[in-house]
Amino acid sequence: MDVAFWNREIETMDRQRLTELQVTRLRDTLDQALHTPFYRRRLEKSGIRSGQDLGRLEELRALPFTTKDDLRKSFPFGLLAVDFSEVVRLHSSSGTTGVPTVIYLTQDDLDRWTDLVARCVVATGCTSKDVFQNMMTYGLFTGGLGLHYGAERVGMTVIPIGGGNTQRQIRVMKDFKTTVVHITPSYLLHIHSRLAEFDTRPEDLSLRRAFVGAEPHSENTRKKLEDLYGIDAYNSYGLSEMNGPGVAFECVYKQDMHIWEDAYVVEIIDPATGEVLDDGQKGELVLTILTRRAMPLLRYRTRDLAFLHAEPCPCGRTHRRLSRILGRTDDMLIINGVNVFPSQIEEVVMAVPEVGTNYQIQVDKVGALDRLTVKVEIYPKMFTGDAALLDRLKARIAEKLRASITINPRVELHEPGVLPAFEGKAKRVVDNRQEM
Amino acid sequence: MNITQLSVFLENRKGRLAEVCSLLGRHQINIRALTIAETESFGVLRIVVDKPEEAAALLKEHRITANVTNVVAVEVPDKPGGLAGVLKVLADHDVNVEYMYGFVEKASDNALMVFRFDAVEPAIKVLSDNRIRIVSAEHIRGL
Repeated sequence: MDVAFWNREIETMDRQRLTELQVTRLRDTLDQALHTPFYRRRLEKSGIRSGQDLGRLEELRALPFTTKDDLRKSFPFGLLAVDFSEVVRLHSSSGTTGVPTVIYLTQDDLDRWTDLVARCVVATGCTSKDVFQNMMTYGLFTGGLGLHYGAERVGMTVIPIGGGNTQRQIRVMKDFKTTVVHITPSYLLHIHSRLAEFDTRPEDLSLRRAFVGAEPHSENTRKKLEDLYGIDAYNSYGLSEMNGPGVAFECVYKQDMHIWEDAYVVEIIDPATGEVLDDGQKGELVLTILTRRAMPLLRYRTRDLAFLHAEPCPCGRTHRRLSRILGRTDDMLIINGVNVFPSQIEEVVMAVPEVGTNYQIQVDKVGALDRLTVKVEIYPKMFTGDAALLDRLKARIAEKLRASITINPRVELHEPGVLPAFEGKAKRVVDNRQEM
Repeated sequence: MNITQLSVFLENRKGRLAEVCSLLGRHQINIRALTIAETESFGVLRIVVDKPEEAAALLKEHRITANVTNVVAVEVPDKPGGLAGVLKVLADHDVNVEYMYGFVEKASDNALMVFRFDAVEPAIKVLSDNRIRIVSAEHIRGL
């Protein structure tokens, strides 16, 4: 198999030199983190007053974890380590409820992120001759712009189309002979089911590769996509706290995703005890970013469950491979590639006076796509007998939910007492989807 | 001159309507007129019964979501053009009808039309002035 590298020296660096590089960069990162009140307090408690106080890489384990909650509490500038005027890009979680989180990048940080993504793109065999249709959301989401910049850097022809409008996606694929797409696996499956509607067969497309990510999916699903379209599909992992896409990506061997250890210190921990586990053991992925001056994050708990492969990959890269994401440590849902926390839905429902406090969230698979239904009970005292009012109430709830979670839920109004009521921590989510 | 209508919220579940009607029946409550306003996912059952206060209490006791609304019951000759005549009078006097539904009475040549008006008092005045017979609550009870 032909193996190409964007940066051969780093990608095939021997483990010892790689570790030394990590230590150097981690020291710089600690110095940078000390500029923020948040980390200064924590680092000094752990006896670190400068990056030089770090001896060996393992000493990182003495530092406490950073959580999503820490990011919320620090919003907006608590974790910013440079002057705001140096920030050239920021990405934030969207939605109108709850406290958002944000990440910042200087020009250097952005260049290094772009470089990482370019590395991923080349690892899959893409070249400047490829035509790339970027079907992930642009805007504050990192998925769109992240891949966009990396693909442009490699010299691919980039079509910044974003998501949705299936008819147009297919039309554009044919017009410009798209060879690579960046998309969620469920949307790629969905498009296949609609090709015939637009007089198109897979053979009419020029597709050769798909970068799939943003939602967990099985090896079976990947193979299905490859068979349906006659392409190679590559798994991609990222999270906005760590810039976005580009954290880990499959190479041409497609045996799980190389995670770039010159840019991230990778740990797998036991989520209950915080103990660092060995390669091969499943646990929570914890990441420390080494290449972002604007906003360092140390030992960030991703809440994603995975394991690391110890064995080297036939491609010759020395950066370890991360398994598929196997689950979450929290209750976050992923619906058509979009992260949704049940608490966001709860916040909206509770603020609507016409519905009581009992609600239920149901997720189903309809064809290839996920469908979210939010069921609420109407509050008897608010019932006036007017059917049109209830219709408008339903629409209003759907609109508020959409503003918060950015996807379109179905809303069902129910009589009081119909939905299951639980005491204590209510089990509000019914997920009927089988593993994809 | 108002009578009481009960509006009942019914979710779109098999047998729900039958359950509610059966409950009323078991407690000797007689439905005089009814209609259902439906939407994609639920319905609002509107009923005029002979014993509205009892019915309201009964529904509440069984945790059925219901509301009480003032409507006006009008007698309309049970022949072609009967309803149109009444509606023309209302339109000529700018009386707005929110919704309406009808029943045929057993013991007379009249149909019973139930009207929900935006503004009840002016509507009642227009009907009375035009000698359109408004049916009282007592009459409904005794039908």
